[in-house]
Amino acid sequence: MAPNPNIAVVGGGLAGLAAVIKIAEMGGHVDLFSVVPVKRSHSVCAQGGINAAKNLKGEGDSPWQHFDDTVYGGDFLANQPPVKAMCEAAPAIIDLLDRMGVPFNRTPEGLLDFRRFGGTLHHRTAFAGATTGQQLLYALDEQVRRYESEGKVTKYESWEFLSAVLDSRRMCRGICALDLRSMEVRTFPADAIVMATGGIGAIFGRSTNSVVCTGSAQSALYQQGCYYANGEFIQVHPTSIPGEDKLRLMSESARGEGGRVWVPKNAGDRRDANSIPETERWYFLEEWYPKYGNLVPRDIATRAIFKVVYEHNLGIDGRPMVYLDLTHIDRATLDRKLEGILEIYEKFVGDDPRVTPMKIFPGMHYTMGGLWVDYNQATNIAGIFAAGECEYQYHGANRLGANSLVSCIFGGFVAGPSALNYARNQSSATTNGHFEAERKRQEEINAGLMRAEGSENPFRLWRELGELMTKECTVIRSNKNLEQADGNLVEFLERIRRVNLSDRSMWANTSFAFTRQLYNMLQLARVIAQGARLRDESRGAHYKPEFPERDDKKWLKTTKAYFAPDVDEPRFEFEAVDISLIPPRIRKY
Amino acid sequence: MPEKPVLFKIRRQASPAQKAYWEEFELAWHAGMNVISSLMEIARNPLTRDGKATTPITYDSNCLEEVCGSCAMLINGKARMACSALVAKLEQPIRLEALSKFPIIRDLSVDRSVLFENLKRVKAWVPIDGTYDLGAGPRLTMEDQEQAYPLSRCISCCCCMEVCPQFNRQTGFVGAATISQVRLFNTHPTGAALKRQRLQALMGDGGIQECGYAQNCVEVCPKDIPLTRSISEVGGAVMKQAIGDLLRR
Ligand SMILES: Cc1cc2nc3c(=O)[nH]c(=O)nc-3n(C[C@H](O)[C@H](O)[C@H](O)COP(=O)(O)OP(=O)(O)OC[C@H]3O[C@@H](n4cnc5c(N)ncnc54)[C@H](O)[C@@H]3O)c2cc1C
Ligand code: SF4
Ligand code: SF4
Ligand code: FES
Repeated sequence: MAPNPNIAVVGGGLAGLAAVIKIAEMGGHVDLFSVVPVKRSHSVCAQGGINAAKNLKGEGDSPWQHFDDTVYGGDFLANQPPVKAMCEAAPAIIDLLDRMGVPFNRTPEGLLDFRRFGGTLHHRTAFAGATTGQQLLYALDEQVRRYESEGKVTKYESWEFLSAVLDSRRMCRGICALDLRSMEVRTFPADAIVMATGGIGAIFGRSTNSVVCTGSAQSALYQQGCYYANGEFIQVHPTSIPGEDKLRLMSESARGEGGRVWVPKNAGDRRDANSIPETERWYFLEEWYPKYGNLVPRDIATRAIFKVVYEHNLGIDGRPMVYLDLTHIDRATLDRKLEGILEIYEKFVGDDPRVTPMKIFPGMHYTMGGLWVDYNQATNIAGIFAAGECEYQYHGANRLGANSLVSCIFGGFVAGPSALNYARNQSSATTNGHFEAERKRQEEINAGLMRAEGSENPFRLWRELGELMTKECTVIRSNKNLEQADGNLVEFLERIRRVNLSDRSMWANTSFAFTRQLYNMLQLARVIAQGARLRDESRGAHYKPEFPERDDKKWLKTTKAYFAPDVDEPRFEFEAVDISLIPPRIRKY
Repeated sequence: MPEKPVLFKIRRQASPAQKAYWEEFELAWHAGMNVISSLMEIARNPLTRDGKATTPITYDSNCLEEVCGSCAMLINGKARMACSALVAKLEQPIRLEALSKFPIIRDLSVDRSVLFENLKRVKAWVPIDGTYDLGAGPRLTMEDQEQAYPLSRCISCCCCMEVCPQFNRQTGFVGAATISQVRLFNTHPTGAALKRQRLQALMGDGGIQECGYAQNCVEVCPKDIPLTRSISEVGGAVMKQAIGDLLRR
């Protein structure tokens, strides 16, 4: 029984920091680990906003309506009770963030302003300009800094989680981590750990995610025995800006504020966008989905763009892109509500979206799948909890816009106290030889990597992985290609053994750290590919033309992958979904 | 379209204890290239211009859209963010160096934790009672929000500190970013509770008095934060409080 337990929180995005604040407030001590300084976590990229049914626009919105939109938007794959709890907690979370000083946009009366986002008919999304994630992360970061100055939080920034330390009864007793400067491997005892390591975009090469979103930590835990759930559900955002190094997001808020998607009706049209008359533009989303128009959910908008580009052979100047047009909205409104994202387009493309319609195409954006957790955010290994994008719980088969930030904070607020309560009721381990054993195991992996005398460049191998996964495991899937893709992944796992590090120094060696991440990415990629292969239906973001319909009889089930060390590959189980509150209905916008 | 190869000169340093040296790289031109995408390309093919095998370059980056503040470095001598530095707009050869006023880690990566320490020193947070449900926050006018929002967009890149003539070991000056955060929190209705303590922290050595109003900071800030305005407002408040303290003594 530890009255003031020490909890290791891994990851300092919104989910991690939310957990830290609760633990510190309840009297625990936190060791906080992060690859990047926590203030530079990926959560700063979120642009559009955060959902909560505050009903400040007289539209009769309610947490139940938010719950229904979320479950329906997720094509009924999410367990319903935790989603309901999140939607009920959301309004108070917004109030708390407001009290912490987040500069949310205001109405003339001084109240919070709300905008519309995809998959709902209500104004439910609170926002701070077009940099909501940055503002929320900073608010939590500031509170954590306050606890840090009071000695309740110790930060280990520039440390990378390698693995959990499990005792002989397979209970988690701490973590093993790598100092990204000195390359030292060290173990840290903890009474419980909370994983909040975010998304997995790097598995797809280029995506809208930040560089450190590799999923390496989740994969390491999966290889240690944690279930990984619904890995095949990958969200591709309809509107990203194709780029060399990254697919920069053009937030859904651009459509929320009235942005219209269109494509020139004539395939060979070489005129610039502004000189194409209305009658020669095809507003295909408005035509196909008169009720929601440009604000249909992401999976639907993405498939519509694919259809227009690949089936109707339309695009911009022969290239696979469509227009996202804001030029009909007045400059003052655009600057007040969308400045941050318009700035991104201007900076990276060089055109002013207030004057010229933006050129966009779908890009990999978010994983609905992640570590399996129960309603207390506990994984199947005792002492390991998870929150945020790295777990699977809230978004079913497709996430609604602006629902991630709220799920990260809510998940962190549940995971933190759960971990603390768990720790308070545990007796300490009887021996601690497992720390030494885990450190040795990791050091041996490192030594092997340093010794490898092959010719494979890890960064080139990564590019191949990204191309493969983007082609076969995003918008349109087929069983034949998925089987082939899994075969390719097995080859990649062979090839990574013959890596040539080109840098063998033991100081801030980024190629070394990256190669370790790449290995874990490959293992997790197989979970995605095989999960998609097995699911013979179409649901939410998972679309297989061979099986175009949702099949509730066979597939209203959570996919649970676990690692089989003897064969070095995933195995699968399926679990019934809790649909006790809203009976499934056909999803049709 | 300039289709010619792109030339980079990169200042490298294997560790704080070792000596720095320059290496040259030549890359094929692509439309839309930026400095980070070029560094990624070097990692895929780590050969110098004269074909010598070398190591990939160590640098910091994360968001690649100029919002995380990781990738600040000197590009052609100017402190700026590498991810938004488009190659097409840079003079060649493109010279890359680490920021010069922060402890070097390796190559282009430096330790900027001093800013986070400074933010602790001035208590840059809103002192809420707790995270339990206490209802809505204070009402703010649209105008107040429009004042606060630009200040809270600071990405902690430290460019303003790099270019400040007063920011160095001798003065121990906190720098413009921290002063601007003091303004942000002192104008928040609840944040104002710690106003006196924040201003106190900016008095004396290393405090706001070190600023010589050279205005380099405001010119270099990638987020266009009104730093000189913040400095003069906070400077005025510090002065007023100092005089008040004197009279009260
Ligand atoms: C461009 C973009 C815009 C978005 N906009 C919105 C929006 O408007 N609304 C919305 O609701 N959602 C949005 N999302 C989704 C949302 O931003 C993310 O899902 C969310 O921020 C994830 O937060 P997190 O706390 O789970 O992880 P992150 O913020 O990614 O944090 C992960 C943390 O884990 C650390 N970490 C990772 N691996 C390790 C390791 N091995 N060891 C130690 N530390 C590690 C990292 O350093 C980091 O601190 C957007 C996403 C993108 C890509
Ligand atoms: S005004 Fe000059 S001296 Fe003052 S902080 Fe800015 S750069 Fe430094
Ligand atoms: S004030 Fe500007 S230059 Fe200084 S750290 Fe902040 S964003 Fe960077
Ligand atoms: S990588 Fe985030 S600011 Fe450049």
